[in-house]
Amino acid sequence: MINTKDILETINMVKEENLDIRTVTMGISLLDCASDSPKTACDKIYGKITGKAGKLVQTVEQIEKEYGIPIINKRVSLTPISLLGGYYSEEDYVKIAETLDRAADALGINFIGGYGALVQKGFTGADERLINSIPEALATTGKVCSSVNVASTKAGIDMDAVALMGKIIKKTAYLTRDKDCIGCAKLVVFANVPEDNPFMAGAFHGTGEAECVINVGVSGPGVVASAIARAGDCDFSELAEVIKRTSFKITRMGQLVAREASKRLGVPFGIVDLSLAPTPAVGDSVARILEGMGLEICGACGTTAALALLNDAVKKGGVMASSHVGGLSGAFIPVSEDAGMIEAVSKGALTIEKLEAMTAVCSVGLDMIAIPGDTDESVICGLIADEISIGVANTKTTAVRVIPAYGKKAGDSVTFGGLLGEAPVMKISTLSPAKFIARGGRIPAPIHSLKN
Amino acid sequence: MKAVITVVGRDSVGIIAKVSAICAEKNANIVDISQSVMKEYFAMIMVADIDMLSIPFTEFVDLLAGFGKERGLDCRVMHEDVFNSMHRI
Repeated sequence: MINTKDILETINMVKEENLDIRTVTMGISLLDCASDSPKTACDKIYGKITGKAGKLVQTVEQIEKEYGIPIINKRVSLTPISLLGGYYSEEDYVKIAETLDRAADALGINFIGGYGALVQKGFTGADERLINSIPEALATTGKVCSSVNVASTKAGIDMDAVALMGKIIKKTAYLTRDKDCIGCAKLVVFANVPEDNPFMAGAFHGTGEAECVINVGVSGPGVVASAIARAGDCDFSELAEVIKRTSFKITRMGQLVAREASKRLGVPFGIVDLSLAPTPAVGDSVARILEGMGLEICGACGTTAALALLNDAVKKGGVMASSHVGGLSGAFIPVSEDAGMIEAVSKGALTIEKLEAMTAVCSVGLDMIAIPGDTDESVICGLIADEISIGVANTKTTAVRVIPAYGKKAGDSVTFGGLLGEAPVMKISTLSPAKFIARGGRIPAPIHSLKN
Repeated sequence: MKAVITVVGRDSVGIIAKVSAICAEKNANIVDISQSVMKEYFAMIMVADIDMLSIPFTEFVDLLAGFGKERGLDCRVMHEDVFNSMHRI
């Protein structure tokens, strides 16, 4: 018999502490959709996505209802579009993006990811044309997400790609300037990108993956924050233990939903991503967890240590709860999507420099950060290069999702709504790295990449 | 398969009677029940066997949620696997 206390604990997590499954993401391979004709390729892509994911939303909604656990997003991730065979022009790629958007609308999903390229060691012609089409693609679609991997520990950093992405981000901001530059909220630049990440905007379906797969991303910062509050003034060992236990429980939910979705859809289960993903809702913030550990405000000295403890304990607790853990798996610190981060930035407690340090010990990176619209392209490239080198040197994923808010300056804010939230425009150094970026070529892989 | 029905909210006459009536009407067999009242607040946990349910499970969930809403109570129905997987290794 199930214990009454356990039942009430679970109900309380859902009702009061925002426990939810953040996303059920179906990965679909598009490698068999190649065609000489862009029109045929679009038809094949549309047919394949709507065929494979036709029952995704309905099935997930049924699971949500039967199990009583909110499942916030239903998403689809695809083979990076630059890897589709055939020759496509930039205009053709935009047509493909529009096809993806149509498919997403037809399915009723929230986002569709994979409009991207892997260029950590260099560009193919297709990679270059696809990347150049990103601003237009993101401006003409609503649900398409794009990611570009510009570096890996094994390959080093493709600085030509970094330079290009600075330009692409600026252009995307300009083309979506009437919607607070929302295009940039759907564009991520990665180092060491995982091929099975269920979270947007970086989700795509890697080439080593099966034909079709179900990946699940859990959430639950509110549950962890409440558990820490209940633990009171304990020491760090006990604090880590509390987080581990909570993370275990949250992940078990994710594993249950993943297993059930996989069974009902007849699609293999891929991974559970253990990330703590905040939302702008009150009580669903990673910053509040850090503050709950004893910091006056997120961004104070001690923040990086608190985040490192949190990140490690989340993984240790979660890893035993799932048969396959993957994706990004760590705490997210997206500024615009976290009420506590927004407050810390607004009060001047949290700066870009501190956020950069924090990304060395948690998953992802400089995420959902708005910077002044007149920020020079080379500064954005420098910011990307810094963040990416943290990932490359530490053999971990890092990423940059910045929004140069067109026409806005530090202190203003941009509003995207929904899970993407609202971002205060942050101050960024205007000193120029232009000559450094202009050197071009690749930064060699670090010595510890030579493990064989 | 078993479902866990929980009702939390302000106490009033006939909560258990009504939930039980819905279960009986839809052929859900109650196998366990516990309740407590703290001050004016009421918390009930009921476990019901739903293998022979006469309507689809999701409709049953809606029905009880609707009852809860009518009476200003939080009434939830969740699959027992949620609790088993979260609290048992």
